[in-house]
Amino acid sequence: MTTKTQIANRDIVLQIKDLRKSFGDNDVLNGFNMELYQGESLVIMGKSGSGKSVMIKCLVGLLESDSGYIRVMKNDITKLDQEALDILRADIGFLFQGSALYDSMTVRENLEFPLRRHTKKFGEHIDAEALVIEALENVGLVSAIDLMPSELSGGMKRRIALARTLIMKPKIILYDEPTSGLDPITAKEIILLMQDIQRKYGTSSLIITHDVDCARVISDRMILLIDGIDYAMGTFNELAKMDDPKVKAFFKH
Amino acid sequence: MIGLRQIKSQLINFFIEVGEISYFTKRFFIEVFKRPFETKEFLRQCYQMGNRSLLLVGITGFIIGLVLTLQTRPTLMEFGAVSWMPSMVSISIVREIGPIITALVCAGRIGSGIGAELGSMRVTEQIDAMEVSGTNPFKYLVATRVLAVTLMLPLLVLFGDAIALFGSYLVENLKGNVSFLLYFNKVFDALEFGDILPATIKSFFFGLAIGIVGCYKGYNCKKGTEGVGKAANTAVVLSSLLLFIIDFIAVFVTDIFYDL
Repeated sequence: MTTKTQIANRDIVLQIKDLRKSFGDNDVLNGFNMELYQGESLVIMGKSGSGKSVMIKCLVGLLESDSGYIRVMKNDITKLDQEALDILRADIGFLFQGSALYDSMTVRENLEFPLRRHTKKFGEHIDAEALVIEALENVGLVSAIDLMPSELSGGMKRRIALARTLIMKPKIILYDEPTSGLDPITAKEIILLMQDIQRKYGTSSLIITHDVDCARVISDRMILLIDGIDYAMGTFNELAKMDDPKVKAFFKH
Repeated sequence: MIGLRQIKSQLINFFIEVGEISYFTKRFFIEVFKRPFETKEFLRQCYQMGNRSLLLVGITGFIIGLVLTLQTRPTLMEFGAVSWMPSMVSISIVREIGPIITALVCAGRIGSGIGAELGSMRVTEQIDAMEVSGTNPFKYLVATRVLAVTLMLPLLVLFGDAIALFGSYLVENLKGNVSFLLYFNKVFDALEFGDILPATIKSFFFGLAIGIVGCYKGYNCKKGTEGVGKAANTAVVLSSLLLFIIDFIAVFVTDIFYDL
């Protein structure tokens, strides 16, 4: 785990200022702020429906924010055109809650799919096969290369989704509830895999979760998203010791 | 008052949906001509929609031809005009019954299939995953499917027409001992270019309507698995309704050209 001082000396790769988003009368985000540093693991915790997924979707341009500033690697994504946004997205990996594997494609095709549009990043002559094998080796599932998603277990799907994210060699990986729906053993395997990947590639990770065990193991820093704002911030131990009843509620077991 | 308010809100929703479908159609025409072309996916969709619909379209066409001839024969015999059967059946099938029945069958099979497939991809975040990987899901999923169904439907209509005429010939052969050559000579004597061209053109529009509505409903699917069922269902209902509206406009326009 990296210390606070070590992190503060690094570059900011992702920054959100005063992010607001509402759906009709429902104000989901009411001025959310955060910064993610190079090589850091930042966990955002919040109750179900607190706006964690909305925030992460605003980050990659899947949802348009009502107001606020989102800077990803020095680019204000609210001002990028579609082409520039697509190029930037090659550097951002996104692991979806339900894995989101393309169920009409084999594992190999799933992994090759993002490569089709990013020839600029890898050059015109991509060795797709080598990249697919490398990504699958990272998650220990080379043997599943020709299987269909329907033939995989929940944990395997999550690993393949992670491999699909890794194939683009992203600088930032966004994890949306990476352990949800998995049994404790598989969840632990996924967490260890996430740590391995971060060590190996030096990626910055933003993890959205409500799994306290996951947060304890993986986080360098944590933000609690309550009432649509960054209610509390600190390391896991700092937050766990806080007296605020809203913060305490997260750490009760 | 409540009734009026409900009608007003339904009208507003109707016009919003019309606007959204128009924008969706405009986006399709922009994306379909943009490079790079998704040729492999387009050909896969052509196979799925064209080849896999042949049996259903064939059986429907065969039964329509058979039934039409069986039902019409007694009336024509009454007037001593049974020799007009091939001409009458061919014109009615080629001009109207073939295109509309094939399109309705395809709205059920292809339209609901597209609505359910894209709807399921939307609720399981597969479309979002394509988007965040920097690929264009609209081009990959929508443009290929709409283009495939637009091009496949006229071919399916021609196939359905041929099978329907064969069904009609079988009845004529059994009941009136008419030879294959004589029957089809009469069919081709009766048919003119002006019968086939408008039917083919309107089949393209039928295909476009089925593709656009199916993709629109699936691509904008909401509310989980319930939404997938609703997307498939409304895709069939709305595209069937649109088919009749397009048919009416096509017949109206064709009639103007006949009068000229």
